[in-house]
Amino acid sequence: MWSRQRGRLKPLCCGVEELRCRRREREAALRKARREQQLVSKRLLRDEALEEAEEGCVAMIFGEAEIQQFLRLAQRGTEEKERERALVSLRRGLQRPEMQQTFIRLEGSIRTLVGLLTSNQALLQLEAARCLHELSHSEQSAVVEACLPATSYLLTYLSGHSSDFIELCLYTLGNLIVESEAVRRQLLPQGIVPALAACIQSPHLTVLEALGYALSQLLQAKEAPEKIIPSVLGSTLPQHMLQLLQPGPKLNLGVAVEFAWCLHYIICSQVNNALLITQGALSTLGLLLLDLAGAVQRTEDAGLELLACPVLRCLSNLLTEAAAEAVGGQLQLRDERVVAALFILLQFLLQKQPSLLPEGLWLLNNLTANSPSFCTSLLSLDLIEPLLHLLSVSNVVSMLVLTVLCNVAEKGPAYCQRLWPGPLLSSLLDTLAFSDTEVVGQSLELLQLLFLYQPGAAQAFLQQSGLQALQRHEEVAQLQDRVHALQQTALHG
Amino acid sequence: MQLPPALHARLAGAPGSAEPLPVERDPAARTAPFRFAPRPVRFPREHDFFEEGDVQRHLYLQDVLTQVGGAPERPRVPEFTCQVAGCCQVFDALEDYEHHYHTLHRNVCSFCKRAFPSGHLLDTHILEWHDSLFQILAERQDMYQCLVEGCTEKFRTSRDRKEHLVMRHLYPADFRFDKPRKSRGPVMPGAAEQVLAEAPGDDGVPSEVDAMEVCSEHVEPPPAPAGERRAYSHREMNSCPSAALAQLPRIWPERYHLPSVLVRVPHEDLKGPRREISTSNGGSSAALWRCCRAFPPRRRGPRTLARAALHVAGL
Repeated sequence: MWSRQRGRLKPLCCGVEELRCRRREREAALRKARREQQLVSKRLLRDEALEEAEEGCVAMIFGEAEIQQFLRLAQRGTEEKERERALVSLRRGLQRPEMQQTFIRLEGSIRTLVGLLTSNQALLQLEAARCLHELSHSEQSAVVEACLPATSYLLTYLSGHSSDFIELCLYTLGNLIVESEAVRRQLLPQGIVPALAACIQSPHLTVLEALGYALSQLLQAKEAPEKIIPSVLGSTLPQHMLQLLQPGPKLNLGVAVEFAWCLHYIICSQVNNALLITQGALSTLGLLLLDLAGAVQRTEDAGLELLACPVLRCLSNLLTEAAAEAVGGQLQLRDERVVAALFILLQFLLQKQPSLLPEGLWLLNNLTANSPSFCTSLLSLDLIEPLLHLLSVSNVVSMLVLTVLCNVAEKGPAYCQRLWPGPLLSSLLDTLAFSDTEVVGQSLELLQLLFLYQPGAAQAFLQQSGLQALQRHEEVAQLQDRVHALQQTALHG
Repeated sequence: MQLPPALHARLAGAPGSAEPLPVERDPAARTAPFRFAPRPVRFPREHDFFEEGDVQRHLYLQDVLTQVGGAPERPRVPEFTCQVAGCCQVFDALEDYEHHYHTLHRNVCSFCKRAFPSGHLLDTHILEWHDSLFQILAERQDMYQCLVEGCTEKFRTSRDRKEHLVMRHLYPADFRFDKPRKSRGPVMPGAAEQVLAEAPGDDGVPSEVDAMEVCSEHVEPPPAPAGERRAYSHREMNSCPSAALAQLPRIWPERYHLPSVLVRVPHEDLKGPRREISTSNGGSSAALWRCCRAFPPRRRGPRTLARAALHVAGL
């Protein structure tokens, strides 16, 4: 299911520890970039099988003269094989940043490359496209923006039929898109949205995954909510995206990941989520959630969390829309299998990627906040105890768990009764020992609800040294009033 | 985190849920200093809450995350030749053949052998270059459609359209799939030669390899010394069978009467796939050419004719 061009980690040249270290560095760099709102990543499509099959040149450093020679041969060589080989050599060279710089500074080089891209020789076309792709992946703006003259052709080729070629054009476009607003200011009037809308009807999975990548880059742009998302919503893209996210035998994980992220960028921009709801987004995503929960039980597949994350986000955000209330009658929003699926996913995330737990709990909050039905499901499916297990993971997680418990408790005595007795009290006493003010505050809110609706709760609290637990927060400004109120209630009823 | 064993069975079970417990709120619950109220939460794009997931997403994009599944091998097959008449390209991988076929043989105009990257561009080309009804209608109304998918603008001349492409859509002025026709009246391959001749062929300037203009019947150019590079395109055209038609005088009528012209075209299946025009016999080729002017073969059905007829009818 993963495309053949996916780069693989090469364990031959470095040890596991070094890989981990590199990964940590990358993560740190990405975190920093995100905080500065500069999160930009590109995909590189390199066919390793192809490169191994190619004989001859390991990428050497070529100078201006060699590059000019390659270009001349590619353009005017008499033998087809010779022309191809020249372009292949050029492409290998362009994997290096120094060569990229040299190349773009050569007069007429891009023009020649675009000429080869639009030539009538299929293999030259493909190689020229690969050269462009290497350039598009550069970290140097000057190199990437040198590719701009090719964009109208890349877009034109999207309505062709050669799936490999289209895939390459799409990844190249995706890399270009993410480079700068200047690039997007050219691509939008050139008709990138209609071109993608036409291309998404392709039956080829590799094309679809590439398209999803390009589209996700477009939707992630800073100016997307004003300048891009409205026209995307006005096209047929959303319907096709939702179709590609339908669970079933035809669901492809790589494709689904890309389009789930596309949907997330659209939804969290809050441009017109009501439209998506009328197109069945809630229904589709709900079913997909169920499917995902089924999948995590079946396989050890790495990568399911890549799909789980955007699906959780989309559902959570969509549930806050007024339009969601209107379709509340639909099965998915009352179906307790959603809660079951969510907990299976929470367990999966706890093992695989604990940092994503808050996203799952966010959905649980949005499901239970105003829904007696889902609160009841939590109780009837015996999910309170598993929920309590999450209390020690992190402050954010604890906060969310307590919020969900409050959602249940605030609905009244019938609900609190089912929360009692059990491990809840001792868990609460543990959280009171936390130092985080927000978490303690939320525990106090929950305690108050329990004292109010559950006879005997206050008594049990006293008996388990609850007052001492409260004492340590008496001086904290944010908590004082609530601590005193609880002390009063516990002592005097 | 231990999940109750019945949970997995529940997931696999039927949709539905238990009857919700009765809700009964005490107003004392939300009195100060307590302030909890349940509410769904919404996070906007740039919220810090999304940091973790976004970082994981980008690690994936950068391929740092380990991928599963082996990479399927590119299947190598025994060498085979392209089956299209006149094409002698050889392949040993199916993907290469697919790309070759789609680039050179799939969207080919049977009149002038030009290949186009998409059916849309081919249709536009046939309409504008080979349909004389189009020329007549174009004298009275805007017929030149914008090439950008999704843009419905139409223009009086191809030059106006090009200007629109450049100004509005930021297309390059020398966009290769928008070559204007030079001669008035339907195009002959001879006219194609004219366009070719315009391509800069100066040895001092890097000459552009002509897109789609070269006769697709010869994919492998005959070997020639480097000095004859400029003549390469011409040589291909001369050896192209349909170049024989360049010898024919223009014989179609200036005014075109659609309803009254009914020409029998014995070998053309108008609804079927596009066929090559047989030009071996110089005499009959003139008549055949005239037939084709009446009913230009199309890649798809007679949509253009119908559209044109509607225009004529004033609809």
